[in-house]
Amino acid sequence: MHALRILLRLFSSLQLTIACLIAAMVLVFVGTIDQVNLGIHAAQAKYFHSFVVWWEFPESHLRLPVFPGGFLLGGVLIVNLLAAHFTRFKLSAGKSGIVLIHLGIILLLVGELVTGLFQVESQLRLSEGETKRFSESWRSVELVLIDRSDPEVDRVWRIDEAALIGGGTFRQPDFPVDIVVRRFLPNSRVFRRPPGELPPEAVTAGRGLGRNLFATELPRTGKIDERDISTAEVELVTPEGSLGTWMACNAFDEVQPIEIDGRTFHLEMRQRRYYKPFSLHLLEFTHDRYPGTDIPANFSSRVRLHNPATREDRSILIYMNHPLRYDGLTFYQAGYDDDDTTSILQVVRNPGRHLPYIASSLVTLGLVVQFLMHFHRFGKRRRAGK
Amino acid sequence: MKRWLPAAVVLLAALWIISVQLRPDSPTPFDLKEFGKIPVLVGGRIKPLDTVARTSLMVIHGKQVLRTRDDGRMEAIAWLAELMMRPDLADHREVFLIHDPDLSAWFAGTDDSRKTFSFAEIHPHFEEIQRQAARAAEIDVQLRNRFERAVVRLHSAISLYARLKHSLHDGLFPDMAAEVGAYASVLRPGMQALNRRQAGQDYDEASFEALIRFADRYRTLDQAGYFFPVPHGPPDSTDWRKAGMSLLESLHTGSIDPGMKRIAEIVTAYRFDDPERFNQAVAEHLTAVEDSHPQRASRASAESFFNHLSPFYKSMVLYVGVFLLACASWLVWPRTLAQSALWLATLAFVLHTSGIIFRMWLEGRPPVTNLYSSAVFVGWGSALLGLLLERWYRNGIGACTVAAVGFCTLLVAHHLSGDGDTMEMLRAVLDSNFWLATHVVVITMGYAATFLAGFLGIIFVFRGVFSTTLAPEVATALSRMIYGVLCFALLFSFAGTVLGGIWADQSWGRFWGWDPKENGALLIVLWIAAILHARWGGYIRMRGLANMAIFGNIVTSWSWFGTNMLGIGLHSYGFMEQAFLWLALFMLSQLAIIAIGCLPSRLWRSRLPGA
Repeated sequence: MHALRILLRLFSSLQLTIACLIAAMVLVFVGTIDQVNLGIHAAQAKYFHSFVVWWEFPESHLRLPVFPGGFLLGGVLIVNLLAAHFTRFKLSAGKSGIVLIHLGIILLLVGELVTGLFQVESQLRLSEGETKRFSESWRSVELVLIDRSDPEVDRVWRIDEAALIGGGTFRQPDFPVDIVVRRFLPNSRVFRRPPGELPPEAVTAGRGLGRNLFATELPRTGKIDERDISTAEVELVTPEGSLGTWMACNAFDEVQPIEIDGRTFHLEMRQRRYYKPFSLHLLEFTHDRYPGTDIPANFSSRVRLHNPATREDRSILIYMNHPLRYDGLTFYQAGYDDDDTTSILQVVRNPGRHLPYIASSLVTLGLVVQFLMHFHRFGKRRRAGK
Repeated sequence: MKRWLPAAVVLLAALWIISVQLRPDSPTPFDLKEFGKIPVLVGGRIKPLDTVARTSLMVIHGKQVLRTRDDGRMEAIAWLAELMMRPDLADHREVFLIHDPDLSAWFAGTDDSRKTFSFAEIHPHFEEIQRQAARAAEIDVQLRNRFERAVVRLHSAISLYARLKHSLHDGLFPDMAAEVGAYASVLRPGMQALNRRQAGQDYDEASFEALIRFADRYRTLDQAGYFFPVPHGPPDSTDWRKAGMSLLESLHTGSIDPGMKRIAEIVTAYRFDDPERFNQAVAEHLTAVEDSHPQRASRASAESFFNHLSPFYKSMVLYVGVFLLACASWLVWPRTLAQSALWLATLAFVLHTSGIIFRMWLEGRPPVTNLYSSAVFVGWGSALLGLLLERWYRNGIGACTVAAVGFCTLLVAHHLSGDGDTMEMLRAVLDSNFWLATHVVVITMGYAATFLAGFLGIIFVFRGVFSTTLAPEVATALSRMIYGVLCFALLFSFAGTVLGGIWADQSWGRFWGWDPKENGALLIVLWIAAILHARWGGYIRMRGLANMAIFGNIVTSWSWFGTNMLGIGLHSYGFMEQAFLWLALFMLSQLAIIAIGCLPSRLWRSRLPGA
């Protein structure tokens, strides 16, 4: 009982609040500086969307926890705020601003947690005249075996990245083979295969496009403008025995057809796809520059949205600061390619996107209430002082 | 006499402003002030030649005025007029500013006192400069050494210089008006010859040759030209023409554009040293543009007036006066001098405000659109808050901070303007008046308030440690001021950060992306929250509050400039080579002041209450 009270006092103390705030400053500062080395994405995962920041010794697998991560600090701050309100604070009109502020802060932290856990970002590349029903992840890949034997419909068997990392044997009804993932390199460099010895850890293949290649592992990139080259060594096994090994890599431009029992299959490593119940068709991409300069004045994509289920079929203009919001997704103009004929749209799904709005309104309201009360008291004191 | 001092101070300052405004611009009979009003298109917007001259001279020479060898001063517009129309003279003016001694030794030899060089001196080394600059350009901006930075800078200065020189005329024949007339007379026969030649018929070889010679020259002129001086299209159009471009188009239209003719007349008049003809040609051109593009012409003329007024420079000077008066008020005549400081600060503030409003009107934008204008606005915001404090407390402290922060931020702004146009067009991402007016303005007010609190902290420490003037009631008032300003800063920093998140969510579908600039804003919020909680808990008192507020200067300056220097993220729109050093020095100076503020109370000359 006594221990519990000490614990409660610790968790409701103001010292803990200040310690958390200053620790958060250190975390944010270091996490920002380290973006120069790691890139925004990796730094975010390491410092902000983590419970503990690890110090990794170079050239070894040894690592030590050195600092609380964003989730841990946020969690402690939430506990601290709740505990303080249940023990130290007494509800009164004078404290209403403070209560609002703290409630808002808790919601903000929860919102960031929801975002960290559930937000999905992907990209949609559309050339003029092209129609797509899916967006692609920039970060993760999937291995697919596609049954092309039916001229009308492709049947796709996909294995996502988490499963590839685990490795092992995969089986799917209606497919005549098992897939054995022998090696998977999330990021790699692919070389032409020399006649002699290969590095012991290299990924190779006996058949297909990778016959004359090999791949070695690289650390994953976290930079915004770089993509991982993922490579897997895959063995296809029928009940009669192994058909051989293939290499699948998302840097291959060609398809890799494989004949099994007289049917044609394609084995492919590609960016993970997110299929939508609707399609987007790029009518036109425009890129305006200010006259006589190269400064971009505006980018815009005119797309046609077609949803068979709701029979929607309309044209939409997506441009800077004006994204398309549809079906819980946000499509915004992120870039362009191929001499201004390809538009790149960023696609974001964030189920917690309304939380920050509510949270920040609460905090701002609380701050205004508190500020006005201070100001009022200050005015009274000043008049009394005269 | 003491009673009249505040009014006298303000009157004197007002007289100074007016006298500078009325000072004639150039000693020559050429009306260059009018010439400076001529609107041209460059960098995506229509601006007066005066602005082109000032920003170009700033890039090439590092100043807006040229000191000539005979100790005279040459206004930017006079220099530009000479460069475009009498390049033979301009090429001998020492305009190219070179800071690096290794590079300047190429031109000056062992004479290391010289920092400026003329085009004529530099020209023989041009190939070597080009080679070195090409090599240096491949190195990341952050990793270049002093020589490499200097040579890249010189190379771009030379190219700007050469392009300016060829913006109106290539100078091959002095009499441009006659040249354009000759071109007009070969247009029709020349085109006829050309068409016949293409059809395989007999043609007049002389006319054909003459036309081709003109066309070749004008093609080169079109490629070399920097700005677009020939008005074109409907009244609100910005689709203007370069001189070469306009002359080439005559091949299709069969006649010379009247705007081009007027420009040729101006060039000839200047070239033949005929001020009367020059002034008349300039006036005619201005009237014609006012008719064809009324709004563009009046904006350009207003901008030229704004350049001459230079309200920010003048407020800077006035802020120095305010600072001196306020500091003096703590030693003698507290009431009178404090009041004089307040009055003068108000005048400076009015000038500062009118400058911002003028800029907003010229640009059709909210006050903050780039780093330069953010510096101007931070100064304005702190000045506003400082004036309010001075009105409430009347102890010279508010006025002193108005002066210090106002002066420093305008100085920063002045140095940021060295990159060129301060009213540059906005990149597509930023092109949203609504968010610029809300997020950017609110967050910048947050910076202003945090700096103000920091400077109040500095006053607390300096007066406390080095003088006996920090009496208990002054100390209490000061720390109450710091506390109040910090509350204001928290409100604005938080609201501004959140508005930024909303902008990001509206535009990019994510509220928070841990981008360096966002993190910088978060740091300010966290730090102020930490200060306020420490005070509410009683862990810090007056001195701790002052010291922590000073540390807020470091946090804010990092958030403002440091994050841009990382060169990553959505907000990395302005890396500044020199600025890093200054930022580091500023941070060190703040740490030094905090160290002084941490001296034990017995070393303080003032007794702190409760200490």
